Amino acid sequence: MDFLGILNSTVGFVIDPVTIAFSLAALGLAVHFGFAGLLNMGMAGFMALGAYGYAIGILTFGLPWYIAAFLGPLAAIVFALILGIPTLRLRGDYLAIVTIAAAEIMRLLFLTSTFGPITGSADGLSGHNSGSFWADNPLPEGQYDFGPFRGTELDWWVRIVGFLILCVAVAIVWLLVNSPWGRVLKGIREDEDAVRSLGKNVFAYKMQALIIGGVLGALGGLVLAMGQNVNPNQYVTSITFYIWTALLLGGAATVFGPLAGAVIFWVIQAFIGLLMPALAAEGLLLGLSSIQAAQIKFILVGIALVLIVVFRPQGIFGNKKELTFVK
Amino acid sequence: MSSNVAPATPVKSTGLHVGEASPGVAKRDPILIANQVRRQFGGLTAVDVEHLEIPRHAITALIGPNGAGKTTLFNLLTGFDTANTGTWSFNGKSLAGVSAFKVARMGLIRTFQLTKALSLLTVMDNMKLGSTQQLGEKLWASVFPMLWRKKESEIEEQALDLLARFNLDSKKDDYAASLSGGQRKLLEMARALMTKPEFVMLDEPMAGVNPALTQSLLEHILNLKKAGMTVLFVEHDMHMVRHIADWVIVMAEGKVIAEGSPDEVMKNPAVVDAYLGSHQDIDLGTVTGRITLPKIGKGK
Repeated sequence: MDFLGILNSTVGFVIDPVTIAFSLAALGLAVHFGFAGLLNMGMAGFMALGAYGYAIGILTFGLPWYIAAFLGPLAAIVFALILGIPTLRLRGDYLAIVTIAAAEIMRLLFLTSTFGPITGSADGLSGHNSGSFWADNPLPEGQYDFGPFRGTELDWWVRIVGFLILCVAVAIVWLLVNSPWGRVLKGIREDEDAVRSLGKNVFAYKMQALIIGGVLGALGGLVLAMGQNVNPNQYVTSITFYIWTALLLGGAATVFGPLAGAVIFWVIQAFIGLLMPALAAEGLLLGLSSIQAAQIKFILVGIALVLIVVFRPQGIFGNKKELTFVK
Repeated sequence: MSSNVAPATPVKSTGLHVGEASPGVAKRDPILIANQVRRQFGGLTAVDVEHLEIPRHAITALIGPNGAGKTTLFNLLTGFDTANTGTWSFNGKSLAGVSAFKVARMGLIRTFQLTKALSLLTVMDNMKLGSTQQLGEKLWASVFPMLWRKKESEIEEQALDLLARFNLDSKKDDYAASLSGGQRKLLEMARALMTKPEFVMLDEPMAGVNPALTQSLLEHILNLKKAGMTVLFVEHDMHMVRHIADWVIVMAEGKVIAEGSPDEVMKNPAVVDAYLGSHQDIDLGTVTGRITLPKIGKGK
């Protein structure tokens, strides 16, 4: 078994576009749940909009990549408005129900063969990056390796763009939650009526939070689409729960917690995903085949989520006093 | 406490009404006028107020048995609930159908029977949230700290001043969750004052507050009047009502059954029947027959 090789590939995941994408989505969920108290169970839907908006913008409308990148976030704003207008006046649980259903509706719309010529149906979309996005890459062609971080000029280009988007997003969210606006949002999380009685338009604040978090989710999908093909099977409900796990792992009511949570989550997942099949190949896993062993990571994700919620509800970086599930 | 001197008997405002004191009597200078306000929950009529006027610059008590519709009336007047029918106006502006936050912005602030301290915010953040007209609370402006930093320090000063008056200044950096029940009541009232209201509606400000704190709360309420605010409060403590209220409104089964100055209202037979009971001044021990107090002659 090549343990060092596994370790090496695992470390590489720290700067993978997938990790960056999940950090963005988890940050959006932090705005939703950690700061505004909105139970959004449909983050996969927002991510799908970001990815498809970008790919469709390039492939169908022939836009340059940097303009197509705005289509997803715009669609996310519309999506948030459609979800929010009927549900934000109701109790929090209803938003959870509506978002989980709406995200599935989005995925099925992308999957249906009716829109096949635009969305690619079950095959998804590919080739959207090979045009202007790759052409605009300033890095000279070649292989760039820095210790465990390896990649071609195209890999690094995606990482750089993704990382820049992440930095801007973190800076904006940090400013937002540490402002009086963020204070109103936290107040709403605690008790809507109290904030309403002080003359704040609670509905407008919740809508703004839903839109901002949704746009961050769409940016996550965008970064994901910059690194790979777009496929409806990527945006299933379990993606939403991965993001929740990453968020709770890092700490819901924090800005940097979701980022750390996403990194830890993907690194551990990659590690287990590589280690288990290797162990199975050596015959160390009670006769499980390599393919079966690879599925163990999904079981472990579930167990991890339960353990976090029970033993460290505030997450790794959270302040125990500020956000726990037990009030 | 702001002063340790024993409170002098407060000066009561008199001559608030026009003509005979009866339910729905007209006031000399009403701040709030309600007409035909009705709220039904299924078959139950929780509130059915024909006409009601609240006098300005006075402390008005709203009393009545449990389930009389006092809190529902509060909710209706402040936009937290929707009336089936009726109109009501504040300073001449109609409030029917106006949402709660807009009512609050007009200067009509309420507190809640079940205290709503924002537990996982610090006491200072709770206070700052009360301040109105903050540019930093707008989404676009919030990302430019230079636009709201000056206002923020002004608010902080104002909040510290209020917290000191409410004896909470030492707690300013603690989470509101760590406050006791009575302190939360104080915080909620202080937070409401951050909005610089014109009319304050307090829903059972004394419930669950210990006697020592009750006295300071009473003073705070009297100070509101001194500062030119109008107060309407719901309370079950008749001593308090007698002590500080200038005017008393009695509700029962959703209707206003009596109005008047505290002393007159408490002698009103309808009020005694519906709410006070005939034993209001007698020690509970005497009522249950366990203790005989020598001074009260008629009790058995």
